[in-house]
Amino acid sequence: MILSHDIPAASYWSVRLRTGRLLRLTALDDGAVCSALIFAASDPVDRLNVPDTLKAQLSARIRPPMVLMSDRGTALCSVTGSSLDWHDCLTGHSLDGHAEAAGRSSNATDRNDWRRSARYGLLSELRKHGRGPTDLHGCVNFFAKVAIGDDGRLAYDPRHATAGDWVTLRAEQELLFVCSTAPHPMSPTWAPGAVRAEVHVGTRYGPDDPSVTFRPESARALAAAKAVTT
Amino acid sequence: MTVLIESPLRPPAAVLDRTVAAGDGYVGRIPAGGSLRIVDLHGNQAVDTLFYDAGNLANRYSAFDTIREQGSAYLTTGSRLLSVDLDPLVTITADTCGRHDTLGGACAQESNVVRYGMHTRHQHACRETFLRYGAEVGIGARDLGHNVNFFMNVPLTPDGGLTFANGVSAPGAYVEVRAERDVVVLISNCPQVNNPCNGWDPTPVRLLGWWSA
Ligand SMILES: [Zn+2]
Repeated sequence: MILSHDIPAASYWSVRLRTGRLLRLTALDDGAVCSALIFAASDPVDRLNVPDTLKAQLSARIRPPMVLMSDRGTALCSVTGSSLDWHDCLTGHSLDGHAEAAGRSSNATDRNDWRRSARYGLLSELRKHGRGPTDLHGCVNFFAKVAIGDDGRLAYDPRHATAGDWVTLRAEQELLFVCSTAPHPMSPTWAPGAVRAEVHVGTRYGPDDPSVTFRPESARALAAAKAVTT
Repeated sequence: MTVLIESPLRPPAAVLDRTVAAGDGYVGRIPAGGSLRIVDLHGNQAVDTLFYDAGNLANRYSAFDTIREQGSAYLTTGSRLLSVDLDPLVTITADTCGRHDTLGGACAQESNVVRYGMHTRHQHACRETFLRYGAEVGIGARDLGHNVNFFMNVPLTPDGGLTFANGVSAPGAYVEVRAERDVVVLISNCPQVNNPCNGWDPTPVRLLGWWSA
């Protein structure tokens, strides 16, 4: 293991990942959520494209062994494993209004238990990397599930993840990973959870890797990432 | 059941009346209170569309905030299309198609390669049109959020699946939006020829606008 860091509940964090590294996220509390934005670190523009990721792999949720794809059609990372078969990517991250619904809060009154939205956290972290509001885009809400009804109705599942649930992402190129552990925007209560992030060395993958063989589209995005990393 | 709502606005009174050819685009301003109608002249034509707050382009349409706040994945009459700051940009006031997608994104040369192979790398795509027309008003690659696909049918399933299905639109079907503030609209009339979103044959659409200039 290269790094292990516990992100407290309702906090924010970022990490740069070298190609091939594995990022393992573990929910430390029931109901924890990790709203994440992913960027190609070596490219000022290229970033996660949730619609392209979904339509290329005919899925409305993130699950292993899907490949998360960028605007430029490259693989950013592969979901190599997870204890959950559903990570929400359709409903965005929480905004200041979601945090304020739990009552007004400030550093002066609540010190470091100050309630801050995912938007606040993601923007705070993006600014450290010279980025800003135009870099906000469709996120993945790891550990969250928003169920889809027959007619397209959306319903948040408050009992989806429990402490110990995990997901692993393999960086397919150098990445900037930015995340917030604020509650999901559809959560009826402000009950954030902590998340452990571990970075592992990872191993090279071969042609029989589940993400390569998942779909021809996944394999083509992985090949496009190889082309920008070698 | 889908409810189809017609508009009382009459084409002869329109201040904007323009046909957008297959594979072409449009950028323009709709003043607050103005209405824009997009007519699917030949049926089954995807119209990739982005909206921006004309006073602050960073306050752009947000597909995911919009579907979360309305609690439903599809857009139809009554849907308020929200910005990243949750401001209503436009409201769908009439819809004779019944259902529109906002999760399928826009086609791009690069994503065409992922979906269909390298032979599609130089086929025209919506992202090219967005960038070309966007440049006229200062909208660049980082400002392209996830768009609306008017007339496109992308059903989701309770088991978390997503498919591209044949369109639910028909010749002459239209959708109309009312601007809730001054907005910029950026349109790509989708040139995709590799899937059924355009019925395998991209066709022109007509834009009609009503507002006091
Ligand atoms: Zn297109």
